[in-house]
Amino acid sequence: MIYAVILAAAFLAGAAILALVRAEKGPSMLDRTVAFDVFTTTLVAGVALEAAWSRRTDTLVLLVVLSLVGFVGSVTISRFAAVEPEDAARVRTREEVEEERRAERAAEEAAVRAEQERREALRAEGVEAAVRAAEKEAAEKAATAGVEPDGDLAEPDRGADAEAEPEIDAAETLAEPTRAGEPTTDETEARP
Amino acid sequence: MTVDGVLDVVAGVCLVLGAFLSLVAGIGILHFKDLLARMHAATKPQVLGLLLMLVGLGIRLESWGVAGLLLLVICFQMLTAPVAAHMVGRAGYRTGKVQSEHLAFDELTDASDNRDEPGPSSPRT
Repeated sequence: MIYAVILAAAFLAGAAILALVRAEKGPSMLDRTVAFDVFTTTLVAGVALEAAWSRRTDTLVLLVVLSLVGFVGSVTISRFAAVEPEDAARVRTREEVEEERRAERAAEEAAVRAEQERREALRAEGVEAAVRAAEKEAAEKAATAGVEPDGDLAEPDRGADAEAEPEIDAAETLAEPTRAGEPTTDETEARP
Repeated sequence: MTVDGVLDVVAGVCLVLGAFLSLVAGIGILHFKDLLARMHAATKPQVLGLLLMLVGLGIRLESWGVAGLLLLVICFQMLTAPVAAHMVGRAGYRTGKVQSEHLAFDELTDASDNRDEPGPSSPRT
């Protein structure tokens, strides 16, 4: 009996190692699932072998639980299996993960810097536009001004304005320069 | 040789055969190139291998109460293994792991897609 048990244990150990190798290499998630299935079955067989060797019955519940777990695991994984990207086929090395993280961080910092620059530019433009709007207001009161001083900053406030007073369509051209001028000055005051 | 000795030999043979089927499955899933071939190899210990191991265990334990529990495990495995294999195979087909030129018969695709003449049991469109 002892020789049979040793031989069977060697077989099971080999099977488990081969299944783990396939789970590490496996090009897709489903290959890993199959390898995991084999591993679970090998585990069940190992528990059964140990119970047969020492004639114990208290580990037999483990057989039921393990086969249940293997079933639920493989069904769940294959239920949610999707087409995977190319580089998910293998486990990445530590250097590759590190490099990807560095690239992500650099991209984030670049985005933050670009946002800051954009804000600086907007602020400068806002000051300039306020000056320009004041000049324009002083120069002309008539409704001939078709050019908006600045489109970017005035846009949301103009939308709110239009909602607040939708009736004065006729006076819109007349009101345009002042209304465009107001929010920019607000903006410049609000920002230190 | 006593009855116990004979039973032990039978149990040992069953255990070794079941473990050998597990080893065969391990070699198979490492060696084969295709998902379906790997699934084919992985089926070996799931039913026959486990059956042999549990029969060996039952012979060794010599108790009918335990035999009922082992029968439960075997029935459960026989019920769940086809379901799991079906799910894995279907997911593999849908995510493009199965090359249809390796298949002798592809019932999941339209008959007009990849074959000139539909087989006898293929769905006619």
